[in-house]
Amino acid sequence: MAVYHCSINGQNRQIESADPDQPLLYALRNDLALTGAKFGCGLGQCGACSVLVDGEAIRSCQISVSQAVGKTITTLEGLGTIDNPHPVQAAFITDQAAQCGYCANGMVINAVALLMRNLKPSLDEIKQALANNLCRCGTHDRILRAVMRASGQVMP
Amino acid sequence: MTKTTDQNADPTMICVPALNRRDLLRATSALIVAFASGATQAQQRDTPHLKPGKSLKTDEVDGFIALAPDGSATIYCGKVDLGTGLRIAIPQMAAEELGLPLEAITLIEGDTALTPDQGPTAGSSGIMRGGVQIRQAAATAREALIGMAAQQWGKPRTELSVDDGHVIANDTKERLAFSALLSGKPFALKIDEKAPLKNPAAYSLVGKPLPRPDIAAKVTGQHPYMHDVKIDGMLHARVIRPQAVGASITAIDDTAIRALSDVKIVRIKNFLAVVSRNEWTAIRAAKELKVVWSDPANLIGHDKVKSWMLAAASDARQSAGKEVLTQKGDSAKTLIDSKQVLSASYYWPLQSHASMGPSCGIADVRPDGVTIWSASQATHRLRGICARILGLPLDQVRVIYRDGSGCYGTNGHDDVCADAALISKAIGQPVRVQWSREDELGWDPKGPPQLLAMRGAVNGEGKLAAWETEMWLPKATASLPNIPLLGPEAAGIDQPQGLSTGLISQNAHPPYAHPHLTVRVNWLKDSPLRPSNIRAPGKIANSFAVESFIDELAASAQRDSLEFRLEGLTDPRGLAVCQKVAELMRWQARPSPAKSGSLGRGFSYVHYKFNETYVAIGIEVEIKRREGAIVVKRIVCAHDCGLVINPDATRQQVEGNILQTLSRTLYEETQFDTAKVTSVDWQSYPLLTFPDVPELVIALLDQPHLPPLGAGEAACAAVPAALANAVFDACGARLRNVPFTPDRVKVALARGYA
Ligand code: FES
Ligand code: FES
Repeated sequence: MAVYHCSINGQNRQIESADPDQPLLYALRNDLALTGAKFGCGLGQCGACSVLVDGEAIRSCQISVSQAVGKTITTLEGLGTIDNPHPVQAAFITDQAAQCGYCANGMVINAVALLMRNLKPSLDEIKQALANNLCRCGTHDRILRAVMRASGQVMP
Repeated sequence: MTKTTDQNADPTMICVPALNRRDLLRATSALIVAFASGATQAQQRDTPHLKPGKSLKTDEVDGFIALAPDGSATIYCGKVDLGTGLRIAIPQMAAEELGLPLEAITLIEGDTALTPDQGPTAGSSGIMRGGVQIRQAAATAREALIGMAAQQWGKPRTELSVDDGHVIANDTKERLAFSALLSGKPFALKIDEKAPLKNPAAYSLVGKPLPRPDIAAKVTGQHPYMHDVKIDGMLHARVIRPQAVGASITAIDDTAIRALSDVKIVRIKNFLAVVSRNEWTAIRAAKELKVVWSDPANLIGHDKVKSWMLAAASDARQSAGKEVLTQKGDSAKTLIDSKQVLSASYYWPLQSHASMGPSCGIADVRPDGVTIWSASQATHRLRGICARILGLPLDQVRVIYRDGSGCYGTNGHDDVCADAALISKAIGQPVRVQWSREDELGWDPKGPPQLLAMRGAVNGEGKLAAWETEMWLPKATASLPNIPLLGPEAAGIDQPQGLSTGLISQNAHPPYAHPHLTVRVNWLKDSPLRPSNIRAPGKIANSFAVESFIDELAASAQRDSLEFRLEGLTDPRGLAVCQKVAELMRWQARPSPAKSGSLGRGFSYVHYKFNETYVAIGIEVEIKRREGAIVVKRIVCAHDCGLVINPDATRQQVEGNILQTLSRTLYEETQFDTAKVTSVDWQSYPLLTFPDVPELVIALLDQPHLPPLGAGEAACAAVPAALANAVFDACGARLRNVPFTPDRVKVALARGYA
């Protein structure tokens, strides 16, 4: 059982894994009790498992525990809490931008990553940035609204 | 070491490698084949009590409502929130009727040990039936509390009212807390169907866009989803599905997984699973275990479904009979007498529920009872299923509801729980089964295919003269208790066989004046893949065909399609939604197609099931001819579902209905060859993505004095035809087959239809 070290939500964490290729997603969910990232496809196609790795939105089903070594990782739980949500989370709450909410982790994480590189994205830029994040419930319109709100804009 | 057992002795016992002479499976220490292990160990774990002893009756107030001495209230709801907003709407209804503050209410959903069986959360019935039942229980409770206070004070009931958990004397303003009146006792009352309901003019909670209580937790990673549940001692399992539908195991070779420690193989006939303490190990084992399957070719292939349906209708072995569903006047004669008869056929393909999170379930099968954690839309039904497949009495099984990924009908959530139950029984430990993406898109029961052929004529005054619908539909098996599930099927456990499809023959003719009308159906005994109910079952395809063909008739008569509809529509609520959309779209009366050649608008109206929600939808599109692309620019919807409990949650349902159906119409078809489903990831089964999302304009027409109807699916039914009609309006190309792929658009541009 090898041990892998990385920073998760501001803390140094150790991940024990018998397999260096184990995707980070399973370590987060099963060993570190961080279940905000969701298993949607395991194929890098839906975005439900997204986390921030060194400030970039990465699909945790596609990065292994060994690749995570030394990285700074932020999960949905690390962004904010119910009482003290991150501005993007707060906007999602205001706009009630979740139905089942299974996709919400990917939406929030990718929106945060977008706003870190682009403070005032246009509606089209938001659509492009989230183009590979899937939602089955059809919550898209509210998610767009929430990301606009989080960047201090109103939906045109 | 390996133990073996006779696999016939107990069909749910783990089978071992009793394969055949070519058996490749050798036991190693890495591969433990276990039996239901020690009851002692199992009993040491906490047993969630199976029978807490509260009323579970749907006709008793105590079935639904418990008031605690501290003034708090628990509402027990047999329906569940599937991401749909029931979790706020039901408390709004109960608190309003009972005179309680919303914060006083805790809602328990779907737990079979605590909630009355209110039927599946399906068919948009959560509020329309479930909520209305609870509202009546609350009204009964309120009347009872007023009665108790009247007696205590010696005042007439008419001088008392309720507010904030108290009965109040209107004159003296004296207050008596509900809890004091009940002093810890249950109501012990039948629900009074005549208990008066509060006057909507006095509503303070119903009709308010109150925020849903689960959103903040969902977007901060704190919400406990089914997929996140952990039980002490829980093992992770993966079920290995066959290489072809109906295949059986020929041989198993475990060589590749011997290096993995801590893996068990569970085999019950053709049901095969791997189990490990570690989820990733289970995933690897499932992938690496070599299984040789038999090679049946039981399927027809997705591209042959239409011809199969037509042929099956006239094949005695496959036909389940023909039926005339509606007949008025003499459509046959009118059509013969008509100068010009139009005919067209429309096809809706098999589709997956395509849930974003593959199904997940946990089962803890112990000698002293069984607990299942499930995201099922029908926990009470699932309880019966699990009892049956485990061979236990119903009272030995409890199903606890946890939110899953949106399911939109019966996806894999019941199957996965049956999987978990079989495995947990076999190994004597709690087991979590998580389906893969391939499992969910490949093996969830599918929305059945639908084929419709229409004939119609317009008379000399340009009015609808006659209409005929002929449908080809898989026939639901009468009183089938549930969809036959995959796990029990593979494990050779008897279960009721048949098709479950939902009410798929409704909304098969236009709701406009039609003196001569016939609706026929050719029922089929089978469906190309195991069917189940998927959002707006049947109505989505039928309304697509009906509302498209109405447009075709209007266009053939050079009539404006909206005027053509409205002159035959008398229902004032139907007229109101149509007029609202016309107003929001600034509809100009003119025949289709438009002159522009690329920009168009389409309209569609649906009175859901002809007795529920009213929906009109208008869609504006642009056609990119070279790419065959449909760019949806704007969707306008007017929606009347009676009394609106929570306008924001309702609006969100309507948004979801529209965008999900846009996805189903533009992109989705389950593809399969003769062995199995081949569209098993998001590339082969694409969904609508953000760049496709149009502007949405939604008008909710509230009817505070009418009963609440469903908002969970009606709007779906109006989307496909509005889109097809908009495409026709834009470029004269008529799309009659879903999905509207670029290839189909190009064909339709070239020859007029596709
Ligand atoms: S689960 Fe990682 S992208 Fe879908
Ligand atoms: S809210 Fe359910 S998948 Fe997006």
